[in-house]
Amino acid sequence: MSEAIRNPAGPVELEARELSVLYGETRALKYVSLKIPDRQVVSFIGPSGCGKSTLLRCFNRMNDLIPGVKIEGEALFQGRNLYGTGVDAVDVRRRIGMVFQKPNPFPKSIYDNVVFGPKINGYKGDFSELVERSLRQAALWEEVKDRLEANALSLSGGQQQRLCIARALAVEPEVLLMDEPASALDPIATQKIEDLIYDLKQDYTVVIVTHSMQQAARVSDHTAFLYMGEVVEYGPTNELFTNPREERTEAYITGRFG
Amino acid sequence: MTAPRASLPTPAHDSRSWGEIGLEKRHSNERRIGILLIAASAVSILTTVGIVAVLVFESIGFFAEVSVWEFLTGTRWTPLFESKSFGVLPLLMGSLLVASGAALVALPIGLASAIYLSEYAQDGVRRVLKPVLEVLAGIPTVVYGYFALLYVTPLLRTVWPNADIFNAASACIVMGIMIVPLVSSLSEDAMSAVPRSLREGAYALGATRFEVATRTVVPAALSGIIASFLLAISRAIGETMIVTIAAGATPQMTLNPLRSVQTMTAYIAQTSMGELPHGTVEYRTIFAVGLTLFCVTLLVNMVSGVVLRRYREVYE
Ligand SMILES: Nc1ncnc2c1ncn2[C@@H]1O[C@H](COP(=O)(O)OP(=O)(O)OP(=O)(O)O)[C@@H](O)[C@H]1O
Ligand SMILES: [Mg+2]
Repeated sequence: MSEAIRNPAGPVELEARELSVLYGETRALKYVSLKIPDRQVVSFIGPSGCGKSTLLRCFNRMNDLIPGVKIEGEALFQGRNLYGTGVDAVDVRRRIGMVFQKPNPFPKSIYDNVVFGPKINGYKGDFSELVERSLRQAALWEEVKDRLEANALSLSGGQQQRLCIARALAVEPEVLLMDEPASALDPIATQKIEDLIYDLKQDYTVVIVTHSMQQAARVSDHTAFLYMGEVVEYGPTNELFTNPREERTEAYITGRFG
Repeated sequence: MTAPRASLPTPAHDSRSWGEIGLEKRHSNERRIGILLIAASAVSILTTVGIVAVLVFESIGFFAEVSVWEFLTGTRWTPLFESKSFGVLPLLMGSLLVASGAALVALPIGLASAIYLSEYAQDGVRRVLKPVLEVLAGIPTVVYGYFALLYVTPLLRTVWPNADIFNAASACIVMGIMIVPLVSSLSEDAMSAVPRSLREGAYALGATRFEVATRTVVPAALSGIIASFLLAISRAIGETMIVTIAAGATPQMTLNPLRSVQTMTAYIAQTSMGELPHGTVEYRTIFAVGLTLFCVTLLVNMVSGVVLRRYREVYE
């Protein structure tokens, strides 16, 4: 690979090595290699269909659920191949949480949404304390503290998304994967989620897929530009946006395509 | 069709817009179709109304001779004996015993197969299995009835030798098997309607496939599943052939499934085949029992209607 891929120094939390994903015959992700540093924010950008979600979902083995999918190469978490023998996808997902593009709260109470993960993971502590902590982390506590028993579907879209973040944080993962978490939200809700990502960086490694280059520029330390299943360029966010080394990156960020 | 399309590019200049030309013709067509459709639904509505009217009319005649109180609270049902008693409770109890027994068999099996079909089975397996299960629903009930009497009852009697030849348990088991496809098919529909995103949400929190099925999909589809249960139960209450053949003709107040009982449906079937003279009170028992049966089934169906409506609201 060329100097267009500039892996960060320091401890590596996640890594892709020659990682490919095939949906049936089509190779949606092509031999991707990159390193994601511990406790930083990395964003994936690129035109629709370029494979951002596919790459992201490799890191918590969500692609396994799709029939007919085939994964080649390695995805490493703290140096261990997530697809190696003896690795349980359920364990992986307990340690690497995910927030989806469309808010998908369970049709249960707000409280039950938050405790869902801890319950199935055998959490032994105080549930109401955990609920409060998670909701505070997701900047939702003040808005819902008086109606924890209300159905989660009665919340607004932005609140639902923050609930989904709280739900993911409640299992105390080490990494948080976010697939366009703000794409369905208004600017104020988006702002809240971006602030949240900034705070999360203290304790978590965050990988975020976004369609908004402004968002990538605001929240992330490193940015990867994907195009047609390949990582075209990867590097510190400000460098990538101000001084792209690849023709295609420049074309994309200046809005000439995608 | 062609004429109106030709005027499409300049509709603004044409005072008679292109829509108006076909309007009248379309209207009369619409009206004719409407009348046809109304007539079609009228047939079934009128039939239902007619049946209910006959039930009510004959029942009024019945209740002129037997008090409603005696009918609803009496614990002996012997309208054809020398000493007549008209307490419907033994029949009602027979029906409920058999229906709950059948439900006990059908609901767990049906739900388990629905979970398997919706959450575990590969596409190919599901495509084969679902129709096969539905074949069960196509077997004539008389076949089920004799299957119960000739195979299941002897089997039961090897385990419980003192069971009656005609007994509720045998009918329960076989009727349960008969309504499994109803439960599994409708529950599976409800579960497949649960959005994929909910499943992914649960998986992403570290849920196993079983936890996703039982803690996310089943609760989210619960109203649909309950509605399928209720539908199956109302089907079991109305089932006639199996109970007539296998459960016996002894109206008695018992909860022991090894005894012979009589259900409302079996009584109606048995009695209407006899030669009771029209207009007698014995003859009218058929209608009074029929009306009771109708009310019970209606109640169950109404409850399931309410549950289903709630379920529709969930994803809209
Ligand atoms: N389940 C699937 N089955 C078959 N092909 C798929 C599936 N999911 C994604 N693909 C294909 O893989 C490619 C990459 O998809 P992916 O969802 O990763 O793109 P993306 O970059 O996330 O796009 P978007 O920005 O629109 O979300 C696309 O061409 C898509 O059609
Ligand atoms: Mg995507």
